[in-house]
Order: sequence, then structure tokens, then C-alpha cells
Amino acid sequence: MRVTVRVPAVLRADCGDQAALVFDLDGEATLAGLFSKIAVVYPRLERRIRDERGEIRRYVNVYINGTESRHCGGMKASLDEGAVVQIIPSVAGG
Amino acid sequence: MTDVALVIGTSKGLFLARSVDRRRWELTGPHLPIQEVYAVAIDTRTRKAGRPPRILVGASSSHFGPSVSTSDDLGATWEEPDAAPIAFDADTGAALERVWQLTPGPENRPDVVYAGVEPHALFRSEDGGRGFTLERGLWDHPHREKWMPGGGGGAVHTVLPDPVDTRRMVVAMSAGGVYITEDGGASWRPRNTGIRAPFLPDDQYPEFGQCVHKVARNPHRPDQFFAQNHHGVYRSDDGGRSWSSIADGLPADFGFPIVAHPRRAGVVYTFPLEADVRRWPPKGRAAVYRSEDAGVSWTACADGLPSQNCYVSVLRDAMWCDDADPAGVYVGTRSGAVFASPDEGESWVTVAEHLPGVLCVRAAVVE
Repeated sequence: MRVTVRVPAVLRADCGDQAALVFDLDGEATLAGLFSKIAVVYPRLERRIRDERGEIRRYVNVYINGTESRHCGGMKASLDEGAVVQIIPSVAGG
Repeated sequence: MTDVALVIGTSKGLFLARSVDRRRWELTGPHLPIQEVYAVAIDTRTRKAGRPPRILVGASSSHFGPSVSTSDDLGATWEEPDAAPIAFDADTGAALERVWQLTPGPENRPDVVYAGVEPHALFRSEDGGRGFTLERGLWDHPHREKWMPGGGGGAVHTVLPDPVDTRRMVVAMSAGGVYITEDGGASWRPRNTGIRAPFLPDDQYPEFGQCVHKVARNPHRPDQFFAQNHHGVYRSDDGGRSWSSIADGLPADFGFPIVAHPRRAGVVYTFPLEADVRRWPPKGRAAVYRSEDAGVSWTACADGLPSQNCYVSVLRDAMWCDDADPAGVYVGTRSGAVFASPDEGESWVTVAEHLPGVLCVRAAVVE
């Protein structure tokens, strides 16, 4: 199963300056499985998005086909063939 | 001439300053922009190997979390490991919030670096600060569940390895108090006798739970410590077993930093604030207070500091002494000013203004 991850400009230095990453996932694909794979290939990118408990950082939003992942199962959310996962920093701070 | 590097951690990045006379400074930055830099260290143990000092930085992005970066060329380039330099083990159920303190270990352990972090924990590096491991002895302490977060968070903010005995170390935290290990971190005991906790309802001299803001060690008397608490300034002459007030002679007993002179035994600096509910210099006049007799008496050192309408505060790690002779003293304010004294506090110059709020400063001779 092929999934595309769109990376914001601010994090591209952590994945070889790529705007989009393509991963092939085996079996029943979940968001957790995707991030486990990202952690192997681009560990610094993964830890920018999740803490060591595997939780998405408070001011990072992860969208699955346009739906914020916290509203569709979080790390347990299923990923279908061709899914697009977008990483978008929230607008926060002062 | 003495080439001194001054490392300034702010709420929005790191700034570096260099000077050969400590009166005129050249500022660069922001390095690591838009990251809160709560912890910096200049590891000068590298000199023995003929290398420049290593700068270590504990920085946190509000979006992308905390990390540790290092520079072996005085800030020209930075390295950050791919794997998280500091991370809690899965079984703890904890996640790193912020690195509050980076402290090089003893001279005879040149690759050891300690990190005090939030939530209350101590980490140890054996590779010069690139990767750290949780110190389980403190994490598993039965008191840990009762340690309370201070206003800034629940963190180990002070780490003081014994300069000689590698088994001994002191840590301090808000609001847990002072703890000591004498067996290399396997076990820890509270050392707060005599420190008052006036914010508690009943027993105001508890075994632990004091809101200590900073502790400094007399480098010539490893058993002598100085503590600036949320209320009170104290000294211990017996390795923390007992503490006595040294606040007489200060205009106020509230403040955050306390720093010991690197060579002159019993010389210590603090920056009093008027009161808990009035966190600015008394009478709106900035002044570092210096004691040359281990806190028996204090002298205001204010020549060159703002003398009126000054309502700044100085946080716990935003004061430091360099290792030059005479020692330089440095103060950074939450309103983004940095002041340096090239003569042990007698006079002050402005290094920078209008920076983001200063969270920490460290300085050392680099050449």
C-alpha cells in the first residue's frame, strides 16, 4: 500500500529537503505504522512530529486525506491505498 | 587580552557574543531561531585535548519539541543527532518537555555531561552530550510523585557534580528541594533542613518540597553551597545537611539566580527582586549583590546598570561568572538586555538590548 506524506517547508531539512515522501506499507496500514516507518528512515523528522510516547505534539496537526487525524482515530486511524498524509504546524505562539 | 565567549539563551533563539576586553562585544544570532533556549553550557574540558570548548544547547520548539545541539567551533556550525538526544524510556510513560540544565561532569570524566529536565528527572551522557540516559535512581525516588511544579514547570534545574568525588552530586528542583547522592546516583536523599517553605500551610520546614530557585557550590569548598529560594537566601557548610539564612544585608530575599565565583572562595552573586508579588529590582534600580564572605555581608554592584525605572527580572540561569582573571559577571533580563562586568561586578557594560527574553547565559575564556 502506497502512502504519500506531505512535509512542510520548515521540516524538510529533516528529510533530505523533500516536500513529499512516499512509503510502501505492508498489511493493514495505520497512522502509527506509517510513523514507525518514518522513524526508521527519517528519525529526526518523526521526533519533530511525535514525542517518545508516540503522541503527536500539541502544536502539530496531521491530516489524513484532509481530515485531522485526532478526529479519525489518531494513531489507530487506517490508511487506504493512495492516502495523502499532510503535516501542518498549527498557527500558535507569540 | 582574553577572548571570552558569551552564550545567551533566549525565548526565541540563541545569541553569541565575543569580546577580548569584555567591554566591547560583537553579537551574532539568532542561532537556532524561534526555539526556547533554557539551557546552555560551555564545556571547557576540551582544552586539555587541544580542542576549542564545546557549546551545548538545550532548545525547545513550541511546535516540534525539545532537543540538544552542540557546536565544536564556537557556534559556526551546529550538530544535532538524528535520534532524540534525551528521551524517556517507554516504561516511564513520560515525555521530555524541556531541558533546563546542561552541566559538564567532573574534569576527570571529560565525556560525562548531565542534563536536568522537565518533568523532574536527571539524564547522563557518556559521549559529551550527544546522547543521554535516564538516571533511574532519582526517577524511582519515592518522593517524586510528591514533587510539585513551580511556576515555570516541574524540573531538575540545578545539577552540581562534585569536582573531586564522582560518586557525589547535588540536584535541585522547584518545588522539590535539594537532593544529594553519594553513591553515583543509585540513591538520593533530601537536604533541606533549615530552609523555610512559607507557602505551606502547616509544617513550614518539611523534609522536602521547598521551592529552591538555584544552588551554587563553592568551588574551593565542595561541601559549601549557596541557595536562592522562592523566599530566602541560604548557605550550607556541611554538604546540605543544614542551611542557615544569609539574607541579612540584602534588600530582599526573593530572586532566582545565585552564582559562586570560580576561584575566590566565598564570593557569591545574586540579583534580588523586591518580593514574590513584585518581581523587579527594589526601588526600580537594578543591582547585582556580591558577598565576599560567604553571605555574611553584601555589597550592591550597580555601576552601569539601569538606575531608575527598571522593572526587569533575572531568571535562575541568566547570571554567570566566566573563568577569566579577574572574573567577568553576566546578567540577562527577561526584557532582553544583557549586561557584563569585566571586573567582578565593580562596573557594568551593556552587551545587548532588545533581544527576546533572556533565559540563560554562560561565558568562558575560549582562547
